[in-house]
Amino acid sequence: MTTTLMDKDAVFSSMSDHPAITALRNWKAEAVVDAKFAFEELTVTIAADDIREACRMLQSAGYDFLEDVTCVDWYPAEPRFHVTYHIWSLGLKQRLRLRVMADSVDPAVDSITVVWPSANFYEREVFDLFGVRFNGHPNLRRIMMPDDWKGHPLRKDYPVEGYR
Amino acid sequence: MPDFLPAPIIESRVDDPTKDRTMVLNMGPQHPSTHGVLRLVLEIDGETVNRIVPDIGYLHTGIEKTCEAKFYQQVVPLTDRIDYLSPMSNNLCYCLAVEKLLQIEIPPRAQWTRVLLNELTRLASHLVWLGTHAMDIGALTVFLYTFREREEILKIFEMISGQRMMTSYFRIGGLALEPPLDFYSRVQAILRILPEKIDQYSNLLTGNPIFYNRLKGVGHLSAANGIALGVTGPPLRASGVDWDLRRDKPYSSYEKFQFDVPTSTDGDVWARYLVRLLEMRESLKICQQALDGMPDGPIKADAPKVVLPEREKMKTQMEALIFHFKIVTEGFAVPAGEVYQAIESPRGEMGYYVVSDGTAKPYRVHMRNPSFATLQALETMCKGRMLADVVAVIGSIDIVLGEIDR
Repeated sequence: MTTTLMDKDAVFSSMSDHPAITALRNWKAEAVVDAKFAFEELTVTIAADDIREACRMLQSAGYDFLEDVTCVDWYPAEPRFHVTYHIWSLGLKQRLRLRVMADSVDPAVDSITVVWPSANFYEREVFDLFGVRFNGHPNLRRIMMPDDWKGHPLRKDYPVEGYR
Repeated sequence: MPDFLPAPIIESRVDDPTKDRTMVLNMGPQHPSTHGVLRLVLEIDGETVNRIVPDIGYLHTGIEKTCEAKFYQQVVPLTDRIDYLSPMSNNLCYCLAVEKLLQIEIPPRAQWTRVLLNELTRLASHLVWLGTHAMDIGALTVFLYTFREREEILKIFEMISGQRMMTSYFRIGGLALEPPLDFYSRVQAILRILPEKIDQYSNLLTGNPIFYNRLKGVGHLSAANGIALGVTGPPLRASGVDWDLRRDKPYSSYEKFQFDVPTSTDGDVWARYLVRLLEMRESLKICQQALDGMPDGPIKADAPKVVLPEREKMKTQMEALIFHFKIVTEGFAVPAGEVYQAIESPRGEMGYYVVSDGTAKPYRVHMRNPSFATLQALETMCKGRMLADVVAVIGSIDIVLGEIDR
């Protein structure tokens, strides 16, 4: 069984030499809402307003490859949407997971396409299937579903068989 | 740093038609060179491509949503259907992710067999790429040759799993069945003939001036742009980024194998062609090492609550029958948590993000697919070049629409 660190204080104290933790702490420690280390994967929850700057800062700290942006719907809990970013460092050969929460009423997160242009399709996919808007995205349209589709299929309150 | 931003949609310039020099051309979704149902909206100025907007989603089947309604073990066949040219890579990635959540140890023989089959998958997938890529360029013969060899590999898949393409051979906790008796000798026979065949393709194409002139310098992608656009796998390595997850973040005992990661700094279609050809030879090396050093032992983990018992035991032992019944009817609970597992599929980084809420069904399964990201780089590679080069570039990034649309 690998070690598990469940909260921000535990991660900050026992992983202080981790490059991402060092960088985040030197940048703006209060932007980190929560942190978790489980299954040998580090998850850092960032305050919603700070995600773009956090990505920019981490990119310059060596976490240079955005692998993925996706979302998890925790309906009916609040905040309902957890937008998740997986970032890989080509130099350090390490992965980092960032997370941003969004409420169920008009969910919106800042777009990070200005930091990583590859977020373009990823964010469109999240918008299409979860209905989370990305502020500042250059082309926020549906990508998988037809343009006139009603609803967002990957939401938990959307039936698996679709609406009849 | 990248020198562009993602572009919005193409709009016709109706306000001043006299200044509108360009025309919008629709390519696909039934175009033979778009490798499936890819639709491209191109803005062209004469023969020069100004912009490309991919329109995808024609194959969207909601696999991620379907996964949430299935037991963990029932998701394995769904993963085959994502990247239908490399089913074993999908199976492996999903199984590794769930095994990480379950914290179960996979026996060495299962791991090595997984490596062996994954490299065979890579060979089969690259053979399809080579055949179709050459066919797009106009060299029709290579297609027949590569499909002949691919069929031999598919026969091995059929022999081991009962299916040519939708194998579903890996299970959470190991492999589905014991490999048949002459499996290893059949693989050995393929490994013996393939190097010669790759030489043959190389003789047909590498020295061919028509093929060379058609590919050289076309579809250039710089390393910075490749990283910014999320390109992975052979296209990124052809741009000079030395990154291979098999070596940099080993999984399924890849760290025990010796192989080189071919790279090139040219970043054009020709470089991608050479990198993939070299990669096929490296895969052959890994297959040979896997055959030579194949360990003994079981093919399934010792986890009776997760792995189905042997058929014989199920029929003779009460306990095994109970476990069998429970796994089939109720599935198995996976501890709450989230993991992201990435592997090097033939097309690049394939990642599975699995979230568990502690029940027998995954709360969320997300697939990070290499083709989806690589498609974003299409415009950068084709901008300012001839329309006919688009066909060459699509062939060189080796996309599979099944995994783009999911």
